[in-house]
Order: sequence, then structure tokens, then C-alpha cells
Amino acid sequence: MLASRAFSLVGRRSISTSLCLRAHGHAGVVKAEDYTLPAYVDRRDVPLPEVAFVRDLSAQQRALKEKEKASWSALSVDEKVELYRMKFNETYAEMKKGTNEWKTILGGVLFFLGLTGVILIWQKHFMYGPIPQTFSEEWLSAQTKRMLDMRANPVEGVSAQWDFDKNEWKK
Amino acid sequence: MRGLLARRMKFHLLGAFVVSLGCAALYKFGVAEPRKRAYAEFYRNYDPMKDFEAMKASGVLESAPAK
Repeated sequence: MLASRAFSLVGRRSISTSLCLRAHGHAGVVKAEDYTLPAYVDRRDVPLPEVAFVRDLSAQQRALKEKEKASWSALSVDEKVELYRMKFNETYAEMKKGTNEWKTILGGVLFFLGLTGVILIWQKHFMYGPIPQTFSEEWLSAQTKRMLDMRANPVEGVSAQWDFDKNEWKK
Repeated sequence: MRGLLARRMKFHLLGAFVVSLGCAALYKFGVAEPRKRAYAEFYRNYDPMKDFEAMKASGVLESAPAK
């Protein structure tokens, strides 16, 4: 009743419809969704997550938790490991361990590059027409001669590589 | 477990300095200095009139025909 009045104040937009429907059925309190509660996370920069890894303990585990309240020197090594695994999912070593994923990725990349190459070769062979005459040998030599006559790029470029006295390329 | 950020930051800070200074040095001595030398060499004994006569003779200048 209170909740439905609160919903109308907020304007219904910020609360999901399903939660609204469920609230009308019960006493007006909505069960907290999993994603709204603090979560466990295996991250190198979060050494102590907000909750323990195992949420619902079995009877055995609950007994172990009771034993944990007493002196810890009474616990065996196996029990300590069990307590650790209840609290954490992976150890730091397991978290930081690398995978072989890079091989798959590299293989996939190279495969698709190869496939693209095949497509391009097919296109050049079967699809494209002839290239312009400006790429022929005669045209290119005439073009280069004109550039040298103009002394194009004389400091570091093409005219710097040509020996004008001997009329040949510099060695 | 301690000083995780500090250790990582020290490593990367040092690396960043080394890499950027290295790049700058490489560019200076690989590109900038040779270019400056090339220009100095070119203009040391450059005769513009001789160059102009050569270009004119080859016929590429429309306002200064070869004849």
C-alpha cells in the first residue's frame, strides 16, 4: 500500500514493471534481485571481495565455520584449505595464470588475412580491367626525366639521387 | 600484496620516460641531424643561375623557352 503510493510518486518509470506487479501481491516489499546485492569478484585489485564465494553453506561447511570460531591451531591443513575455498574462488596464482587464447586469436587473424588475400588475387585476375597507360615503362621514364629536368626535390629526393654530370643514377 | 599500485606505477613511469626520450633521441639523430646536414651540403656550393640555365635548356620552363 505504502509502496504503491511511493511508486506513483516516483512515476513508475524508474522501477521495472515486473517488480511493481510483484509488490502488489505481497506486503509491498520486493525481494532483492541478485544483481542488486554485493557480489563476489575475482580481481587482482580487489583482494577482499564484499561477500564470500560460497553463499549457501552445506551442513558440513556450517559445522566447519563453527569450528573456525575456536582456536585456529585446532584446524587441520585440509580444513583450512576448505575454509579458504569457501571464501575465495581462485587464488591469486590461479587468477594471474595466462591462457592459450593468444594462439587462437593469432591463428584467426592470419587465417582471415589469408582469405582476404585470396579474394584480392581473384579480383585482380578475374574482375579488374587494365591499368592506366600512365603506368607503362615509356610513360614512367618520360615522367622521371621531366622531374629530373625540373630539379624536383634536389636536396634529399629524386634529383639528389641523379648524377647530372654523368647522366646516370648515383651509386 | 602491498604497494601493488606503487610498484606498477614506478615500473610504468620509468618505462614511459625511457621510451619517450628514446624516441626523441632516435628521431633527432636519425632524421633531424642528417636532414640538416643534407641541406647544408646542398647549399654550400649552390649556384642558382647555373641551375636555372640547366632547367631552361631542358625546356620545362614555359616562360623561358630553350632557344
